[in-house]
Amino acid sequence: MRNLFYLLFLGLILSACNQTPDQLPYLGERAPVEKMVDGKKVIDTIYQSIPPFQFRNQDSLLISEKDFEGKIYVSDFFFTSCNTICPIMHRNMLKVYEKYKGNPQVKILSHTIDYKYDLPSRLKKYATKLGINDHQWEFVHGSKDSIYQFAAKNYLVAAYEDQQDPQGLVHQGWFVLVDKNRHLRGAYDGTKTDQVEQLLKDMDLLLQENEK
Amino acid sequence: MKSNWILIFFMTIICFIGACQSEEEINYNRYYTTGKQLYESRCGNCHNNDGSGLALLYPPLTDTTYLQSNKNKLAFIIKNGLNGEITVSGKTYNGQMPAQQDLSDIEIAEIITYITNSFGNKQGLKKTEDVNKDLKNCQ
Repeated sequence: MRNLFYLLFLGLILSACNQTPDQLPYLGERAPVEKMVDGKKVIDTIYQSIPPFQFRNQDSLLISEKDFEGKIYVSDFFFTSCNTICPIMHRNMLKVYEKYKGNPQVKILSHTIDYKYDLPSRLKKYATKLGINDHQWEFVHGSKDSIYQFAAKNYLVAAYEDQQDPQGLVHQGWFVLVDKNRHLRGAYDGTKTDQVEQLLKDMDLLLQENEK
Repeated sequence: MKSNWILIFFMTIICFIGACQSEEEINYNRYYTTGKQLYESRCGNCHNNDGSGLALLYPPLTDTTYLQSNKNKLAFIIKNGLNGEITVSGKTYNGQMPAQQDLSDIEIAEIITYITNSFGNKQGLKKTEDVNKDLKNCQ
């Protein structure tokens, strides 16, 4: 009888391990709001979201949040001459691109933080060499003020200029997953293979959420 | 007790056989191991730890013909970087490889020993003296 109890207990623990969350968490700041529903006061939560933006892409076209309407997307920060983490990040981002190639619900948005040199023409060359000839993966350029602030405030990614660094620019390698309502739903270290695998799984989950 | 002595006897013999590696072999192993560490910290970001490069941005190191025919230029390329068009595995690359002036001759020899004996290459040990010579000849 006692053995049976242990066995049941073990079974319970093991089954708990198998549970996958059916919804991704919301990241960033949140604020409560009071709403009136059916004459009753209800407290709802407003999650942090990406505000409207405008950047120039690899074809010198202005793109905005409207180009991401109804889509989920992965965002990151890089620069074309970076020889530290960027090659690893984009080797991994290629996996994301290849998996969802042609899927109209998925996009990738890479911001350069080298506002001086990574003008659209240089981004175009980079994209072509990487094998990207469509607009499912956008490479965008923004001014100094807009890009560093935008990264830190909205995507929670640190990027800045540093005289001490051999390349003069420092940034983090997060891949940030954004849902179709422009809420942050996940952050993954783009230099680590296992975290990128997790991102791919989470993207499938997020796409299912879109269907509901 | 007797069986213990027999065991010790055999162990000693094995140790002697193990010590029979030639000096070149020992150097090769030493260079290869350090070279791997250096490669992964200095070169692997772009060329990938498996030497496959990245699309048309960074060339692979799996083209044995390229590495063989540029055998004596590798040291110079690693130390001073590389600019302009090159053809590797039938594809054209035109990027900028950064210089790594802080590498010593022995470190360059270790990296070359690792690269030219991995990813399908088999060129054997690159000696530090040879790196020294190659660097002088190219200047």
